[in-house]
Amino acid sequence: MKRRPCVSVLVLLGSWLATITACAPVPDGIVLGLYKYQENYFDEVLARCNAEAAGRYTIEQHILPRDADGQREQLVRRLAARDQTMDIVGLDVTWIAEFAEAGWILPWTGADSMAAVEDMLPGPLATMTWQDTVFAVAANTNVQLLWYRTDLVPEPPQTWDEMLVMADSLAAAGKPHVIAFTGAQYEGLVVGFNTLLESYGGSLLSEDGTESAVDERTVQALALLQRFATSAGASPAVGNAHEAEAQAQMENGYAAFQLNWPYVWAAMQVNNPAMMDVFAFTHYPAVVPGRPARVTTGGLDYAVGAYSRYPELAREAILCLRSRENQKFMTLNAGTPPTFRSLYDDPELQAAYPMLDVIQDQLEHAVPRPRTPFYQNVSTVVSHVLSPLRQIEPEATARELDERIQDALESRGLLP
Amino acid sequence: MSAARGTGAERRLALLLCAPAAAFMLVVAAFPIVYALWLSLHRADMRAPDQTAFIGFGNYLTVLSSPIWWDAFGVTLFVTVVSTLLELILGMALALVMHRTIVARGLVRTVALIPYGLVTVVAAFSLRYAWTQHTGWLAGASAPLTQTWSSIAIIVLAEVWKTTPFMALLLLAGLVLVPQDVLNAASMDGATSWQRFRRITLPLMKPAILVAVLFRAIDAFRIFDNIYVLTNGAHGTASVSIVAYNNLIRGLNLGIGSTLSVLIVIAIALIAFLLSRLLRSDAPDAPRAWRQR
Repeated sequence: MKRRPCVSVLVLLGSWLATITACAPVPDGIVLGLYKYQENYFDEVLARCNAEAAGRYTIEQHILPRDADGQREQLVRRLAARDQTMDIVGLDVTWIAEFAEAGWILPWTGADSMAAVEDMLPGPLATMTWQDTVFAVAANTNVQLLWYRTDLVPEPPQTWDEMLVMADSLAAAGKPHVIAFTGAQYEGLVVGFNTLLESYGGSLLSEDGTESAVDERTVQALALLQRFATSAGASPAVGNAHEAEAQAQMENGYAAFQLNWPYVWAAMQVNNPAMMDVFAFTHYPAVVPGRPARVTTGGLDYAVGAYSRYPELAREAILCLRSRENQKFMTLNAGTPPTFRSLYDDPELQAAYPMLDVIQDQLEHAVPRPRTPFYQNVSTVVSHVLSPLRQIEPEATARELDERIQDALESRGLLP
Repeated sequence: MSAARGTGAERRLALLLCAPAAAFMLVVAAFPIVYALWLSLHRADMRAPDQTAFIGFGNYLTVLSSPIWWDAFGVTLFVTVVSTLLELILGMALALVMHRTIVARGLVRTVALIPYGLVTVVAAFSLRYAWTQHTGWLAGASAPLTQTWSSIAIIVLAEVWKTTPFMALLLLAGLVLVPQDVLNAASMDGATSWQRFRRITLPLMKPAILVAVLFRAIDAFRIFDNIYVLTNGAHGTASVSIVAYNNLIRGLNLGIGSTLSVLIVIAIALIAFLLSRLLRSDAPDAPRAWRQR
């Protein structure tokens, strides 16, 4: 064992000087730095890959914050400072274009890239490339489902229209009727809006990601969002609801419907097991009858940091971290949906993870979020223009969206 | 005295002794400020490093012609004025209580300071949870943090609750300086307690009041943490610091972000300048002035 040199010196305000040292004892040999947020049960995956490496390298995780903005801030600052310890970075699927364009992550070529894309579902695969080059490897994927209560809604709605009508009649009957939706001014609102828009056949950006693609379908999606926000189904708190608040409305018995990620299944088992009897899930409701909704994908990708001293080993480690066995382990334990097509046919997974079929179905039609290096800008202005939902005026809001997205793409003007 | 003037050798030694501190300040204070000024005159986006170019006052034009900046400026100014005013009134009341307390004076003063000792983010979170619909004990079925004006009211409340003790402490320092014999004399002349407060205590405390207001106004103008936790700037509640953070840290636009920072510094300097002008013209050592009259 040797001690790693203590490096980072932080000078704050000139008034005090603190030396933060990272002097944990580490094994001899090559250490690969992995920067990602902490997932439950991930330590075991890490231990397996370290065992598999048999001393050629040791992966050491640096834990990033849980929220996406916090992760991105730290990643960007370190990469902009050419941090050599960033061998593997865990990226939200929306950052690939930005990081690739800035030259912060290395492309995958040849046999490595073949191995990376093999057996991937189209949803996660679409998040891995930028300009037809593989830049990242999907570790897990995610889609929102419709969650509902069977005691209130015997037959789940197929469309948004049906859902809004059901919420109205539940409200009239004095029963819980809220449609829990992530309507706060943040990324979750962009995910929800992108799903509606893509389901109408529209898109936020043009194919090449350089122009705003606002058209009459954007107006349709805005009109639906506004109709929801002013209906009985929208709780007064929808403008502050993130994933956790939406799930809390379900757990506390105020919501009859919920549009949220699959983690809510496990959360409900812990927080309100009594409700599990009536807690059910199905496909995300369509906006056009007969045409399945095109839901927005989430998830985590791994990429190799551009300043890594061991890019080859980093690629090898990534392929291990997201190997079929390890993804299966994470799905079974942490509940994150896998990205390998073949895992969706795995009997053990199907038995333990009831949402698997619905998720696979939705992944076949899933869409990524707009692909541009300026995604963060686009997302910020979209959630700002859409808030508050109640005040959307479809035509006028669409025009504003068009202008502001174009500004964001050209990194022009001020971000709200 | 003679050491201050000193010989050439002593002077050189003094300069040498000061040099490390001066160099340190140059590195940690002057460099970032100059760098921010330099960045604010450039198109500098972290995601497009090769497009960095000098654009003069282009960034300033962008910011100052944007309704986002002026909306945030309005919110910030409103929060600054209203919260400073409320803190002044409540802080004065609290200072009087602390000043007049006869029993357990130390305990009263310590207890009054507790809100100021709390971490702002923690206090803001407790207010956010309290006003979360259904689950918050203050919210009931309402959701005040989803509306502009009720959100701003809660932000002001959080500020006032948190920093009134600080204001009170500064005012208490001024209160202690009011000579008791003057108050006694006024009392003998038949002045009511309100008259004594209005005509004697307040004028004599003016320098302390202005210092307290200056501190708080500068502080309040930079408001960030309360808003970040309570609304994160949603529903038209963004302050100038929130906008600067969104552009600089989240948007990675170093040029615009630095411009915003420079403008915030200018605004604060302006506030400080105006208030200190007020301070200087009105405070020619008040107690002595009173005695000479």
